[in-house]
Amino acid sequence: MEAIVKTEGITKEFSSVRVLDNISIEIHRGEVFGIIGENGAGKSTFIKILSGLYEPTAGKIWFDGKPVEIRSPADARKIGISLIPQEFNLVSDLCVYENIFLGEELLQKNGFLDIKAMVARTRELLSELEVSSIDPYARIQNLSVAQKQMVEIAKAITFDSHLLIMDEPTTMLTSKEVEILFRLIGRLKARGVTIVYISHKLKEVKRICDRVMVLRDGAFISLEEVKNIDTDEMARRMVGRELKGIFPEKKSVAGEVALSVRNLSVEGLLYDISFDLHVGEVLGFAGLIGAGRTELAETLMGLRLSQSGSVTLHGRPLRLRNPWDAVHAGLSYLSEDRQGSGIITSFDVVKNITLTSLKEYAKPFINQKSEVEKSKFYVDRFSIKIPSLSAKLEQLSGGNQQKVSLAKSIDTGPRVIIVDEPTRGIDIKAKHDIYGFIRELANTGISVIFISSELEEIIGMCDRVLIMRGGSIVGELPQERLSEEEIMYFATGIKGGY
Amino acid sequence: MAVSIPKKLSLDKYGPLIALVVLVIASTILYPRFIEIQNLLNILRQVSYTGIIALGMTFVIISGGIDLSVGSMTAFAGAFAILTLNAVTQSLVTFSPFWLRSFLSILAAATVSVAIALVGGAMNGFLVTKGRIAPFIVTLGTMAIFRSLTLYIGKAGEFRSVNSVYGEMGMSVILGVPLPVWILFLLAAVLSFVLNRTRFGRYVCAVGSNEKVARYSAINVDKVRLVSYVIVGLMVGITAILISARLNSLSSTNAGKDYEMDAIAAVVIGGTAMTGGKGSIWGSVIGAIILGIINNMLNMLGVSPYLQGLVKGLVIIGAVSIQRGWITNGRAEK
Repeated sequence: MEAIVKTEGITKEFSSVRVLDNISIEIHRGEVFGIIGENGAGKSTFIKILSGLYEPTAGKIWFDGKPVEIRSPADARKIGISLIPQEFNLVSDLCVYENIFLGEELLQKNGFLDIKAMVARTRELLSELEVSSIDPYARIQNLSVAQKQMVEIAKAITFDSHLLIMDEPTTMLTSKEVEILFRLIGRLKARGVTIVYISHKLKEVKRICDRVMVLRDGAFISLEEVKNIDTDEMARRMVGRELKGIFPEKKSVAGEVALSVRNLSVEGLLYDISFDLHVGEVLGFAGLIGAGRTELAETLMGLRLSQSGSVTLHGRPLRLRNPWDAVHAGLSYLSEDRQGSGIITSFDVVKNITLTSLKEYAKPFINQKSEVEKSKFYVDRFSIKIPSLSAKLEQLSGGNQQKVSLAKSIDTGPRVIIVDEPTRGIDIKAKHDIYGFIRELANTGISVIFISSELEEIIGMCDRVLIMRGGSIVGELPQERLSEEEIMYFATGIKGGY
Repeated sequence: MAVSIPKKLSLDKYGPLIALVVLVIASTILYPRFIEIQNLLNILRQVSYTGIIALGMTFVIISGGIDLSVGSMTAFAGAFAILTLNAVTQSLVTFSPFWLRSFLSILAAATVSVAIALVGGAMNGFLVTKGRIAPFIVTLGTMAIFRSLTLYIGKAGEFRSVNSVYGEMGMSVILGVPLPVWILFLLAAVLSFVLNRTRFGRYVCAVGSNEKVARYSAINVDKVRLVSYVIVGLMVGITAILISARLNSLSSTNAGKDYEMDAIAAVVIGGTAMTGGKGSIWGSVIGAIILGIINNMLNMLGVSPYLQGLVKGLVIIGAVSIQRGWITNGRAEK
């Protein structure tokens, strides 16, 4: 097998902390090369080095048999390496074709932009990706997350990439979109493009990759043909020990009604939402992306205003006109968009944890000692891995950021907590931890609304599940009837009216 | 575990202070009389007027805003301070004792000045938050409005005070240190505490770092931004009193001219990020002093006053580019 990329002794240190240790591997031409590992295992660091975002502290890279130094993303692109990052690099005010050709615009002979050619090429690319429904003139801000990703991919393949790096490409996709992506990967492979595929979803890795490399704590663990290793074995190598029962035991004692929502409507988004949430219950909200679950959470939190309907908490009617009233009433929200609305990445751990609950520490002046003590408590309780309490959140891995975000949400002492995609983009170990914490919270009498697009965790975690579609609740499933099929019947409209 | 990155952070934090120390040493070598106490006090007095405004500007900039109207507002509030002072002094002309009469008229002038600037700041804040207009545009507008009103009321001339005690207050020196300098340091101490140890201070940083996260964290973003403009208004009101008392008069054309530039420059040189999210009150004080020393040295070395703006401009640009280098280690972040 011919190697397209060869690395020797790639090592990366951040202020003398080694985050990647001596990685020497070969990536074969035309293969799908999987990389798996927990958060903080070094996956992202490794691909950032390959794509020029980081320079290695030590080590050498060969591309196509020639030694190369990749100092910037532009260098990487020049030699044919493209990265499709988890957080997209699209300009939201520009339209699709402008983004695809950003910085590499096609020109007419007279020097003006050749818009016709760019639009035509964009149409071609999008139909190749089986997403011709995306208009080349559509603004990025009006596209769904999945569509944005398709535009990223289109952008990457426009410029003849030999090596395409995909970082968690399916996190935001529905299962139908995942199938489109996989077919696309198949076609790219047939064209001789090499793909580096990073994912937490081991089933996907098993299905799509030819070989898989396992990293743990920055060190190389194994590199093997996927056909010789099953997903259980992958998981074992990632965590370095046996993971038993990822979901905590359910303990459903349906208490009295805590939160009662009646006929809640938001124009164009939510229609006549009614449900009861009991004390200590984990109530799942399933549905496809865009079904209105996040919008419901935002409405309950006073981040969106409802036109009609009522909400009562322990029999007391709530007027939810703004987020501080909602928090004061005892509601709390863990946002699905961790970096966009959950945490401040330039703040340290302590300041993030106490941001929503700061009132408790400021009487009237902030008591920094009690802030730090409380933060230490959460760091211990949630086993958050941090260099120090004054570490900025941007230095932490996704899983640890999410744990900080969770600590922030419960430090307000809520009676109802809404967790929205609580395990998106984090590794198995952190997922396992977070499932455990959420169940613990429920056991202490906090009611949980659990929004997730991963059916496995909805079924594994929830005492009862409501299914939303098009802004309405279309079905309810008690624990004993929970199955992926049943949920999908409701979510896709086979069951549940209309 | 505790391997953090103290080196970069300390440069980030102490950079402006180091620059100040270097500047003082260099100035002393270039011109030994620089270090004389009278000269230093002069510099401090000169920078205290825009320095006080810079304290308020720090909050506005950390919250992600800007206020260009501070100079015009200083003139406007100062004009009303003198008009009030004269009106009260004249109506109390038969009132005795003399000291009480002076005290009452100055008190009235100060109250009016502060009240006008508070309302002006609140107006800026209201237009920015409820009006959803960019801070640059709002304050560009109010800058023109306040200057125009001042010129109209003063017929483009001077407002002269009829109360000599007011002028004496403006020139007063307490324990060897001029009054405005005392006020600058006192306000800096208070506002530094507000920034670092109160909810409002923390919220200002949060709003400037990521407004959406702040909103989702149940912070009343509009209120935080509005209050930051009110604080800068308060500082303008205080400066307006001090500057009109200093000369016991106020020019409707020149008073407060370029104060917005000097205040913003002081904040930026002091290490506060123009993009918002973090900053330091004492940094802004140091920034103001650095600007004052540069002016002072250029004067002493006989550099043409027309070239002083050039040097100031270079210092501002240089300070920001150095800070950028310290923060990102010379490399653009993702």
